[in-house]
Amino acid sequence: MGLKRDVSLSTGLRYRGPAGYLTFILHRIGGVGMGIFIAMHILASFVGGRFGGAINGIYENWAFQIFIFFCVLFHAINGLRITILDLFPKLLDYLPEAIWIEWAVFIPLFGLSVFVILKTALGG
Amino acid sequence: MTKKSRTLSLKQRGLMNFEAIMWLFTRLSALGMYALILFALTGALVMGARNNMNFADVMRWAFMPNVSHVQSTDLASTDTWATPLWKLTASALLLLATAHGVHGLVVVADDYITGERGRRYVRLLSILLMTAMSLIGLWLIWTS
Ligand code: HEM
Repeated sequence: MGLKRDVSLSTGLRYRGPAGYLTFILHRIGGVGMGIFIAMHILASFVGGRFGGAINGIYENWAFQIFIFFCVLFHAINGLRITILDLFPKLLDYLPEAIWIEWAVFIPLFGLSVFVILKTALGG
Repeated sequence: MTKKSRTLSLKQRGLMNFEAIMWLFTRLSALGMYALILFALTGALVMGARNNMNFADVMRWAFMPNVSHVQSTDLASTDTWATPLWKLTASALLLLATAHGVHGLVVVADDYITGERGRRYVRLLSILLMTAMSLIGLWLIWTS
């Protein structure tokens, strides 16, 4: 039984729910981003040679490192929040507060990481 | 009025179908990955990462403790980084992450592909992808 969509795809993509929409879409981008990266990285390492080396060379670039670290760190921190609230559903009443805590953890950690990656990459 | 589902305990909600089981697996595998990543990170610091590695190298090791991830560092020897303990840790992380990630991709695909046939193809493809990634990954871990 196929589900029938009530709205068009473009309307769906523009949807903004009442709470946690930004974290939802960033979690999804992070998850899919990691999925594509890890699959390509495993294949490139397996194939090896000049082609694999060229692909893996992209991954050593500092700009790519910043992007993938965003995916990983956000997905991990947001994923922990989802896990805790889902396994203890009473805490769902504090969803907005939980999301604030999440940003308070994510922003300093990610900011510091970007600073360190740039400092290493630009030879500071 | 019936109770809102979010106020029901896990037991009251029941886990009768594949999607519900995978819902729980996604969360438990998240906790499992946290444990393995913190274990790898602690191990790296114990084995001397503070003096011989930059931040990106330590993170690379923490998220996948495979010896090829520390080969371009200042370590004098990588022997202690290639023990069976680390290969087992890396294998566990690989299998958990692959199952979690591929099922996550199916969840995402289901939001956009709603036809019965399309969903069957997505599932078939996901099983192929999961098997291939797990086997190739294991091969890479145990031969590097
Ligand atoms: C410490 C590591 C990780 C944690 C804590 C974590 C946590 C989670 C959680 C709790 C969900 C469920 C989200 C929901 O149902 O709303 C999820 C979904 C997902 N995860 Fe992870 N995850 C981790 C690592 C990974 C990795 C390594 C990958 C990729 C290979 C990945 C890919 C995905 C995808 C594609 C989804 C589906 C996203 C969606 O439904 O929008 N995750 N993750």
